[in-house]
Amino acid sequence: MNYNWNWHIFFEPNPTGAGTYLDMLMSGLLLTIKTALLAWVIALIFGTIVGILRSLPSKTASWIGFGYVEFFRNMPLLVQLFLWFFVLPELLPRSAGLWLKQLPNAPFWTAAIGVGLFMSARVAVQLAAGIASLPRGQKNAATALGLTTAQGYRYILLPMAFRIIMPPLTSEFLNTVKNTSVAITIGLIELTGQARAMQEFSFQVFEAFTAATAMYLAINIVVVTGMRFLERSLAIPGYITGK
Amino acid sequence: MFDTLDFDVIRRSLPYLFLDGMSFTLMLTGLSALGGLIFGTLIALMRLSSYRLLGRIAGLYVDFMRSLPLVLVIFWFYFLVPYIGQWLTGASRPIRVGAFTSSLVTFIMFEAAYFSEIMRAGIQSISRGQPAAASALGLTYAQSMRYIVLPQAFRNMLPVLLTQTIVLFQDTSLVYVLSIPDFLGAASKVAQRDGRLVEMYLFAAAVYFAISCFASWGVRRLQARIAIVR
Amino acid sequence: MKHRHIIGCLIAGALCAGPAMAQELTGTLKNIKETGAITLGYRDSSIPFSYLDDNQKPIGYAMDICYKIVDAVKKELKLDKLEVKLNPVTSSTRIPLLANGTIDLECGSTTNNTERQKQISYTNTHFLTASRYVTKKASKINSIDDLKGKSVVSTAGTTNIKQLTEANAARGLNINIIPAKDHAEAFLMVETDRAVAFVMDDILLASLVAGSKAPGDYVISKDAFSKPEPYGIMLRKDDPAFKKVVDAATAALYTGGEGQKIYDKWFTQKIPPKGLNLNVPISSELKNEFAKPSDSPDPDSYK
Repeated sequence: MNYNWNWHIFFEPNPTGAGTYLDMLMSGLLLTIKTALLAWVIALIFGTIVGILRSLPSKTASWIGFGYVEFFRNMPLLVQLFLWFFVLPELLPRSAGLWLKQLPNAPFWTAAIGVGLFMSARVAVQLAAGIASLPRGQKNAATALGLTTAQGYRYILLPMAFRIIMPPLTSEFLNTVKNTSVAITIGLIELTGQARAMQEFSFQVFEAFTAATAMYLAINIVVVTGMRFLERSLAIPGYITGK
Repeated sequence: MFDTLDFDVIRRSLPYLFLDGMSFTLMLTGLSALGGLIFGTLIALMRLSSYRLLGRIAGLYVDFMRSLPLVLVIFWFYFLVPYIGQWLTGASRPIRVGAFTSSLVTFIMFEAAYFSEIMRAGIQSISRGQPAAASALGLTYAQSMRYIVLPQAFRNMLPVLLTQTIVLFQDTSLVYVLSIPDFLGAASKVAQRDGRLVEMYLFAAAVYFAISCFASWGVRRLQARIAIVR
Repeated sequence: MKHRHIIGCLIAGALCAGPAMAQELTGTLKNIKETGAITLGYRDSSIPFSYLDDNQKPIGYAMDICYKIVDAVKKELKLDKLEVKLNPVTSSTRIPLLANGTIDLECGSTTNNTERQKQISYTNTHFLTASRYVTKKASKINSIDDLKGKSVVSTAGTTNIKQLTEANAARGLNINIIPAKDHAEAFLMVETDRAVAFVMDDILLASLVAGSKAPGDYVISKDAFSKPEPYGIMLRKDDPAFKKVVDAATAALYTGGEGQKIYDKWFTQKIPPKGLNLNVPISSELKNEFAKPSDSPDPDSYK
């Protein structure tokens, strides 16, 4: 393989004048985590609302939920980001569009919202399945106790459902982390973006991508291990996974 | 705002968008799904094999691929595949691999990790009695897999496999990062040449949406039919 | 004695030349002969060097030069037929794709500098251009310092984004640098007010402005981020046999006057797809270089 390996490259100064190439990658890692966390919060909020809509007895509500999920699931994430980033500001009134475009961190906000909404459809599906898996008696018992529908969801159904769908939610969170890399196309310089920039500046392609790969693996291991502990402590007694 | 839009640009570029762009996307989707399914099934068999080491290797491969973002994997393979080819063929220099072949290898390797998990679940859904009966009939491991287990696993998992293929269809749009003219790449080339981002991206979104919706509706129908048969 | 010396030299020369001629082809030439194909890397929107026309076929000044090189390679290898494959590249993929053998020649607008020469080689220079920026007249940016704290776009993987990054650090400008995939995308960021300026080679900026919806709205800076730097067609490093053929082909093209003709075709006449005329007559520096072709990365050597 006629390729000049140079693993010392990580400790050489990068052209941004702030530290080494390793620092560049670390700042990318940080941005990946920040974007993913914000996107995850958005995904959880919207996913919960839509998941509840889908589980309600009302036909209209479940149709709205269905439409929402289909809308965000049937378009590639990349296209969705382009819609938010390139198309939306042009369709708004000129001043609002301009304000949106000149936000100092436009790629970051667009990426977080775009990825967040994309993932919210998947959270909604998981949550609706979680609620559907609960025995009917739970809801009936809530009603019998005099709880309103809202109270029933707040105190009975949601806490149960979320604990049941913890494992799939973990992997959806990891998907969120991975999906932030699509935002490289709207100019977000997250981990993959920094690895690409490092390749462009230093020409050390494989070193740069190896380091990024290692960092993604590390995120994965940390999240999976952390969630395993959380799942164990949150497992519902009496269920197979419970104590 | 719509009065300044020029939707005629879409009509003018239709032949390019579909004959070049969409045919690239569909071909890449189809061949990757096929390759991913074959390779994924092999990985699933390795994971379930009684040789612990094989299972470990297959498990590591799946976990590894599933921890990485597709964009990073696409970059990796585009730059690495010629070197792998050189290593495999023992050539003196990296072999020449075109954009299509390179993306195809990328998606097969990447999607195999996801297809293998589906096939593993499918194989595990077959009751133990079946392979036992097969071996009692004198079928070898390969024969019992080929004639008994895999056809049923594939059938049971067909809706999930097809859903994953719809995801794959959407994921192929990511070759955009390499400037390869798939459907989205073609749309963006026209968009950037004529300064018509809004029209072209809306159109691309609508096309992806229509195809995916239609396909998932088909999968839901299929699922209903299979459910009744069983 | 004298004659004997000459005869001796001739014999020695013949001995050396004999095996040299029969010597097996190496590197890229060998590869081209074996596969009967050569792959050219092209760009989406490096107007007028290498870009897509209305039928999405790559055309341009650098593409024409590359096709001349292909002819020379075909002649050198005595091939009846040589298939030309085309592969799209971006500023950020071109060097790895050349190194890993996906493309054999990169026909575009790649700045030749010492740093890149450690990775790849260049043939004789085909253009000289400085790094500047384009802004909308309405945003009233008069100097590099006016970019302070603003969003500025440049194409990922270019020398320009590196110069911008370095200037940003050195002068403490606090510019928010957005990397774009290709020149057209970067220019659209300025057109749609995503960024106030686009830092790029001035010739590329001029062609993007000329091809835009309202060319009068834009202004290209007087301030430059660099001296006029040479553009070269890239080929793999450490492949002297191939470089020799390519260098000879381009040198013959430039010194023979045909280079000037191709230049005029793309820079002083109407070009597809919009029938634009860039009106950039050949500079005296490039004219000198065409008379004495050079692959030097040093901007000062072209003065």
